[in-house]
Amino acid sequence: MALLQAESVSFSYDKSVNAVNGVSLSVNEGEYVAIIGHNGSGKSTLAKLFNGLIKPDQGNVIVDGFSVLEKKDTFEIRKRVGVVFQNPDNQLVASIVEDDVAFGPENLGIPREEIKQRIDFALSAVGMEKFRRSSPTRLSGGQKQRIAIAGVLALKPKILILDESTAMLDPQGRKEVLEVVRKLNKEQKVTVITITHYMEEVVEADTVYVMNDGEIAMQGTPTEIFKQKEKLESFGLDLPVATQIAKKLIERGVAIKSDILTEKQLAEELCALKLKI
Amino acid sequence: MKDVAFGQYFPTKSFVHNMDARVKILGVIAYIVAVFLVKPFHFAGFLACFLFVILATAFSRVPFLKVMRSIKGILFFIILSAVLQLFFNTKGQVVFSWEFITITDNGLLNAGFIITRITLIVLGASLLTLTTSPVEISDGIESLLTPLKWIKFPVHEFALIMSIALRFIPTLLDETDRIIKAQKARGADFESGNVFKRAKALIPVLIPLLISSFRRADELSYAMDARCYSASKNRTKYKKAVLTYRDLVATIVVAGLITGVVFLNNVYFVLAVV
Amino acid sequence: MRIEVKDLTYSYGESKALSVRALDGVSLVVEEGEFLGIIGHTGSGKTTFVQHLNGLIKLKKNCGSIKIGDFELGDKKCDFKALRASLGMVFQYPEYQLFAETVYDDVAFGVKNFMPNLPEQTVREMVKDALFTVGVDYEKIKDKSPFELSGGQKRRVAIAGVIVTKPEVLVLDEPVAGLDPVGKREFIALLHRLKKEFVKTIILVSHDMNLVAENCTKTAVFEHGKIQAVGTPAQIFSDYERIKNLGLDLPVTAFLNRELEKAGKGVQNDLTVDGFIDSVCKKFRGGTL
Repeated sequence: MALLQAESVSFSYDKSVNAVNGVSLSVNEGEYVAIIGHNGSGKSTLAKLFNGLIKPDQGNVIVDGFSVLEKKDTFEIRKRVGVVFQNPDNQLVASIVEDDVAFGPENLGIPREEIKQRIDFALSAVGMEKFRRSSPTRLSGGQKQRIAIAGVLALKPKILILDESTAMLDPQGRKEVLEVVRKLNKEQKVTVITITHYMEEVVEADTVYVMNDGEIAMQGTPTEIFKQKEKLESFGLDLPVATQIAKKLIERGVAIKSDILTEKQLAEELCALKLKI
Repeated sequence: MKDVAFGQYFPTKSFVHNMDARVKILGVIAYIVAVFLVKPFHFAGFLACFLFVILATAFSRVPFLKVMRSIKGILFFIILSAVLQLFFNTKGQVVFSWEFITITDNGLLNAGFIITRITLIVLGASLLTLTTSPVEISDGIESLLTPLKWIKFPVHEFALIMSIALRFIPTLLDETDRIIKAQKARGADFESGNVFKRAKALIPVLIPLLISSFRRADELSYAMDARCYSASKNRTKYKKAVLTYRDLVATIVVAGLITGVVFLNNVYFVLAVV
Repeated sequence: MRIEVKDLTYSYGESKALSVRALDGVSLVVEEGEFLGIIGHTGSGKTTFVQHLNGLIKLKKNCGSIKIGDFELGDKKCDFKALRASLGMVFQYPEYQLFAETVYDDVAFGVKNFMPNLPEQTVREMVKDALFTVGVDYEKIKDKSPFELSGGQKRRVAIAGVIVTKPEVLVLDEPVAGLDPVGKREFIALLHRLKKEFVKTIILVSHDMNLVAENCTKTAVFEHGKIQAVGTPAQIFSDYERIKNLGLDLPVTAFLNRELEKAGKGVQNDLTVDGFIDSVCKKFRGGTL
């Protein structure tokens, strides 16, 4: 049984156009899933559907046996599915880091001693123990976003959804956040669903879904997805830069592998090439 | 722009920081009462209050300059009230007169008295906000207001609203600064023209600010919901205020201050009679 | 307009003890026609620097000099309005500065501020031109509220509001932040189109090294309020060690070239994607020219 199961989910904000239209997908425990799509393709709406922030007009989402349609299951689902949003400033509630991390557990009515343990755990998981008593306003974007992740981790979720969580960060901050997420996925076995339009963030995913007009337009491993340049472009997306360069080189007759996703892979291929005489 | 925030929390560990927020809030109220108790021109009472602030600052490990800087925000207000006293108080002996301006000794004393009073109040109040995190303050107020739950006043929601407001002040100040600059770059002029023109010039700043606040509120509410927020359920509190010896000591010192001020009011009176 | 900044220094905070040096002796010349990329990590002084260029941050006494065309920014008589009309500035997330009831009014805001006595007919032509340049349909959009547009359209309208006075110099601070791949591609195309029309000089602040390597003719690297290096992107990004030490990323092409150099197979150092591909094809077997 999949950990998260979406069954032909549809949702409309204005009751005329469906922002999400008949989406079915399933996410297994420990999986790293990427959902990509251009702005307005419906990918962020999915994040809100997955933990019951909004309810599907049609279809259902089932998380760990709980249905988002059941009102009594709401908190069971939100405990299991944590969401980190785009703007770090708009998701921190408190003026002190540890108070913010405590917010979730406080809401669940968890006893104080355990809240303390959860704060310790969550802050060390994102490498921010040192900032426990700091004020978030003085932190960098990447650090703020790590605090937001800690605030979600304090609920001990099984699934972590990153809803464009790196979009407003500088490269340094983006690296920090991705590093943390990768570690959580590998070491703590947290299931990750990352929603993004940075193609470079997708290459490590187990499965990629491409959203277009509220529907899943493509699905596959990163290699399978990035093989289909024209199709991706028609959905307003692009290949990772390294893949673009590799593709152009192949077109020009340079003999390199066709499934390149990262600059490291491309560099290896190039270094193995033979010089012209 | 960030510096504007009146006595923003200065995180460190100290005697005053570790005190119970409720005691600090009540203490500051008592201190303000003490400042008001000082009778006109009994400056010795002010001296006692000033000593108290210095003592409290020393025990808070907040740099003294930082506390003093909190006055800057309301400097205009202080000067204005002093000037009003200076020019419009016509009682007492005239010490200076030119054209229609007359300054009396009474006016001078009154101006000095008002400056000292406001300054002392601001120093004390900012010491509270410098040593107490907004969360502690709102928790403290929540706790002090608990009796109001009895009359169905939503105490918890009120406290949460307050702490979120405090949390967003620096963010919105940054945003205001950015919008002002963006509109200036498009030729907006905030510095010339009469009052009406200037007020109108603010529209291109206020509207984006308002819209962005709504957007932020919207996003924040999703983020809070996603973290299982529910006002009706039984929440626990991570930080539980516990009274310690510090609170007792501080209570005694504040009580001593009030007594001292009342006493000095009379001592000065005695001296004046002698 | 030639831009000449000499010895620019700026500190935040009033008192000396508490102040932070945001800029420390920055000197830079930008010739007319250049496409300058400013890079450096967050807090290195990039934004503070560009905000000096149109007087949003006032030049203080004895803190250096800024000369833009005929404008002396330190001069008390400097006409900042005229300067800002010919040096446009696009902020990060410019759509957040939209405010008016209609798209037309928002775009016209700059014109009416800078040239208050123009006849409405002329204003209309200018707004029309600006919206056309950024690629939105004037007739369809002019009476709409800017707040009912899509994210991409909002940003275009916001940019139209800056270029409506046809500035000679355009300064952009992180303009592609938040754009999806297509939005980004279209935006870059817009910059090049503007440069062909009336914009002579572009100054672009960006974290996106690929963007800078691909489009700029000159790059300045900021760190700790100082300019660490100025040169062509190829010169700047071939100093791999320095870029690494500054905590910045290499553009993909520069990374590849570094790896090739390590293997003793370095290609000619052109860091645009097409230039790089050409040199690889020239050097390695199989590559056609």
